[in-house]
Amino acid sequence: MMAGRVWRYGDHINTDLIIPGRYLDNYDLKHLAAHAMEDVDVQFAKEVRPGDIIVAGRNFGCGSSREQAPLALKAAGVAAVIAGSVSRIFYRNAVNVGLPIIVCPEAARLFEQGDTAEIDLAQGVLRNPRTGASVSFSPPPAFLLQILQDGGLVPHLRKRMEAGPR
Amino acid sequence: MPPMTFAQKVLSRASGEKANTGDIVNAKVDLAMSHENSALVLRSFREIGAKHIWDPRKVVMLFDHRIPANTIKAAEGHKEVRTFARAEALPNFYDLGEGICHQVLPEKGHVLPEMLVVGTDSHTTTYGALGAFSTGIGATEMAAVWATGEIWMKVPETMRIHLRGKLPPHVCSKDVILHIIGSLGSDGADYKCVEFVGDTVSRMSIASRMVMSNMSIEMGAKAGVCYPDRKTQDWLSSRTGRRLEIDTSYQSAEADEELEMDVEELEPQVACPHTVDNVVPVGKVEGMRIDQAVLGSCTNGRLEDLAAAEGVLRGNRVSRDVRFIVVPASREIYIEAAEKGILSSLAKAGAVIVNPGCGPCLGAHQGILAAGERCISTTNRNFRGRMGSPDSEVYLASPETVAASALKGVIADPRRL
Ligand code: SF4
Repeated sequence: MMAGRVWRYGDHINTDLIIPGRYLDNYDLKHLAAHAMEDVDVQFAKEVRPGDIIVAGRNFGCGSSREQAPLALKAAGVAAVIAGSVSRIFYRNAVNVGLPIIVCPEAARLFEQGDTAEIDLAQGVLRNPRTGASVSFSPPPAFLLQILQDGGLVPHLRKRMEAGPR
Repeated sequence: MPPMTFAQKVLSRASGEKANTGDIVNAKVDLAMSHENSALVLRSFREIGAKHIWDPRKVVMLFDHRIPANTIKAAEGHKEVRTFARAEALPNFYDLGEGICHQVLPEKGHVLPEMLVVGTDSHTTTYGALGAFSTGIGATEMAAVWATGEIWMKVPETMRIHLRGKLPPHVCSKDVILHIIGSLGSDGADYKCVEFVGDTVSRMSIASRMVMSNMSIEMGAKAGVCYPDRKTQDWLSSRTGRRLEIDTSYQSAEADEELEMDVEELEPQVACPHTVDNVVPVGKVEGMRIDQAVLGSCTNGRLEDLAAAEGVLRGNRVSRDVRFIVVPASREIYIEAAEKGILSSLAKAGAVIVNPGCGPCLGAHQGILAAGERCISTTNRNFRGRMGSPDSEVYLASPETVAASALKGVIADPRRL
């Protein structure tokens, strides 16, 4: 179970909005965090707190394959992204950097800006404690959940390598 | 047994098991491409604790996004990757000399039909024009591919788009794909393997097909494929020195979705800010003042694109109020265009010709827009802030429409010059 304060965004939040190309020559996480969501919401990077949750509409993360997009959100403190639908590369990148990502078409109607979102990732349940409303979503397949639990693909594979050859 | 779709066929072969639509398979990668973000790949690769690349022959690396290096940070990134490539003696490291990845890989004969190709770039879908199953992934995932040669893949549904008829004069594959994206929306082909088929596609050059496959990601496609044919075979044999047999049994497989479009009446199309699916016929935006025009990118920086623009501009001069930036997609194209007199003609028309690479496409350098400025470009994305200031605007169009607009200083219809 996790819970966090909600930042609400609309449909088609693309990777250039999440982290603009002009900042990509520097992989420093603090630098990425400082410019996260800049072209869509200048308040975000200033006010986001560790544990906050993004709730967005359709097609979140469409556009480029830049892994800096989920990295910037994670570095800014975002604990999870919930969206109506998610572009495939962003979905993979989010899991790979250890940022929990939830696809749930009804989520956008469940939460408003500033609400608290409660997430049970393994069971596939979202809840809004303010309204008491909840919806279910299909949890990620077990092998992706394992990557998320390990904190991303790097720690996941390191664990596997350390365990010796398969 | 009914024939497998293209996606099922490639992913079955690559995984060694029968891949049904919706299955998640563990597939062996045939080709792995990365550009500047190799620096990020390398970082994850080391963190994993991996020592060497699983098969150096299957890895291609080059720089194209920020070349020559435009900041110290970019130079340091290049240096780190270059050092690694040399130390590993990577046979397919091209540094910054060749051009944009999506032109260079096909040009150098790395891409073959039915390969499973992954690249750390969303427009890796481009290689579908040669009949490869080709898609973008992130840097950390590429690190895992470098280490293991494998990747998990969900077998996508197939969306087959039938294109019929002859394209009218001054209308090209860019207009076709913009129109399709405009109709389906930016997630209209989400997660699907899109197949472009029909007589319109058969008539297209390989370069024109690359435009279709390249931009299929702009409607969310996982892969965008044109079936290989005689043209593909000829093109590939000129690149690889050998004649390939092709088997397109998947042509008769049942698709999950079939769409049809007649192109005979199609007009030049323009994608307006700030989404690629915001597409209108050029007439709707004609006359809008522009500050910059860009001809280039992995979408439309090929010889036929430069030639088409030159055809519009020959003997004329672009508007004084427009900065016209031309970026050949590769060194090979640059040389060919130079030898054919295309570059000198464009330069005489007032073009600023920059070195092969991504140029201003992603807003890193070579033509960044100031607040309030408007650009028309042959590139593939017009997201807010893509080419510079978040308060600038990018309109996407074909090479001829961009050239006509550069000439007039306003968005112009190439059919009415
Ligand atoms: S030309 Fe533009 S879209 Fe193509 S690879 Fe370069 S930055 Fe990406």
